[in-house]
Amino acid sequence: MSAVMISSRKVRKWEKLPGKNTFCCDGRVMMARQKGVFYLTLFLIIGTCALFFAFECPYLAVHLSAAIPVFAAVLFLFVIAMLLRTSFSDPGVLPRALPEEATFIEMEIEAANGNVPSGQRPPPRIRNVEINNQIVKLKYCYTCKIFRPPRASHCSICDNCVDRFDHHCPWVGNCVGKRNYRYFYLFTLSLSLLTIYIFTFDIVHVVMRSVDDGFLSTLKETPGTVLEVLVCFFTLWSVVGLTGFHTYLISLNQTTNEDIKGSWSGKNRVQNPYSHKNILKNCCEVLCGPTYPSVLDRRGLMHEDSPVSTSSAAPSSSSSLSFSNNSKAAPPTTKTRAPLIPNEHTPDDAEPGVAGPTERDDDDDDDDRPPSSFVPPLASPETDAEASAAKDHNR
Amino acid sequence: MKVFVQRDYSEGTVCRFQTKFPPELDNRIERNLLEETVKTLNSYYVEAEKIGGQSYLEGCLACATAYVIFLCMETRYEKVLRKITSYIQDQNEKIYAPRGLLITDPIERGMRVVSFKGAPDISSSSSGNQRIRGPRLRQLHPQQRHVVDGW
Repeated sequence: MSAVMISSRKVRKWEKLPGKNTFCCDGRVMMARQKGVFYLTLFLIIGTCALFFAFECPYLAVHLSAAIPVFAAVLFLFVIAMLLRTSFSDPGVLPRALPEEATFIEMEIEAANGNVPSGQRPPPRIRNVEINNQIVKLKYCYTCKIFRPPRASHCSICDNCVDRFDHHCPWVGNCVGKRNYRYFYLFTLSLSLLTIYIFTFDIVHVVMRSVDDGFLSTLKETPGTVLEVLVCFFTLWSVVGLTGFHTYLISLNQTTNEDIKGSWSGKNRVQNPYSHKNILKNCCEVLCGPTYPSVLDRRGLMHEDSPVSTSSAAPSSSSSLSFSNNSKAAPPTTKTRAPLIPNEHTPDDAEPGVAGPTERDDDDDDDDRPPSSFVPPLASPETDAEASAAKDHNR
Repeated sequence: MKVFVQRDYSEGTVCRFQTKFPPELDNRIERNLLEETVKTLNSYYVEAEKIGGQSYLEGCLACATAYVIFLCMETRYEKVLRKITSYIQDQNEKIYAPRGLLITDPIERGMRVVSFKGAPDISSSSSGNQRIRGPRLRQLHPQQRHVVDGW
């Protein structure tokens, strides 16, 4: 009798995707690896709201209006929905190039560069494209083996190229990109409203109760109020500030990444080619634009006979053409030496914290980050591969 | 043989593919047929990404329901993607398969390229009486189709 075991378990494509994401619910949920800060965010929101409903709402519903807890509940549910939507959805990850496509691009690059004498550094892999009378440079991603579309960037925490990359947010445990930016914005906006709401009614409650019972006994009766006021006070400054910042970015149709790098700062007469030059139009495009589908096929089934390539996603179609290509190692067909691929150095257990992505913190911009731990640490410019690749070239 | 038609970013980040004819397909297919296919695909993507009354309505309605409505409703983009898939299948059956070529839906390649797959060119074959067979037109198993989900 044959001892060969034929596995009949269906393998979905998310199980073989490269990159440093974690998937849950059989590929329906997609997050970054480090989720600790996300759990903290959830705990703070749910905890504070629970205290509000337990201590303040009974009194306010009776003495002021029953609409107060109802509105708070609606707002709370909206905040949680937006948070989960931001955290669990695909931010707009671009799948890595399959071997044939990567080879095709390499051949195009070689043809464009011509013959580079050995020993000489090859020119950087850049494509220029004119958008709205602006020259935009498309950079080559050595990890994903593609020329990044405009506004895309490589996140080294998640090890993916993300379309319209904004930043990697540890507080939501995911990148913020084209597909989930509006949910992220609505999350910060609704959280600001919720924080202001709870803070205001905490004060109202304390004042109203103190008139009857005195200030100290009020605090003894509702000890949760002190905790809520503390949390809300610190959250207010950071979240309201962040909402204001993103409102500014949306009105100019810019991403956080572009803002940090000063891509469209106006130096050398460079202007943002993506802006409609009209605040309303920019807002409408970002917030009410089409809902882009995920191009990362997470829940599709993989063919059982397709081998897994460790260097690329390659859920190969069943044609024999791709099969033979996959069995070889990813071909280093060019003579060009790729600069260090940053993700090799990214430690798997890097704590997000305020320090952000660890090994490339030699950039001066990091010193400007405010020390408050409640300010979401934005991904530094060195989060993506291009800056470090450029540094390697300039060395 | 695989040929890739790249994205055309000259109009920004909207999804658009280059209509430039790849020289590798010179003696495989007529120029105007391929250009027509790419132009039709581009027009489909323009329709999907159009920012106007309908997209605003969809966005505002979805926001008012905290985006829960997307669990039951298909977005306009997804509807257009289905139209694109059937258009590509139709083109493959009628035009490309008889010429020994096969187009892959761009969404399978992250909307980066339109890829053409074909048998090696007859003129480059070393054995003269080798029977050239075009690629079988695979009907995709329903579960193999690209699963477009709302998240």
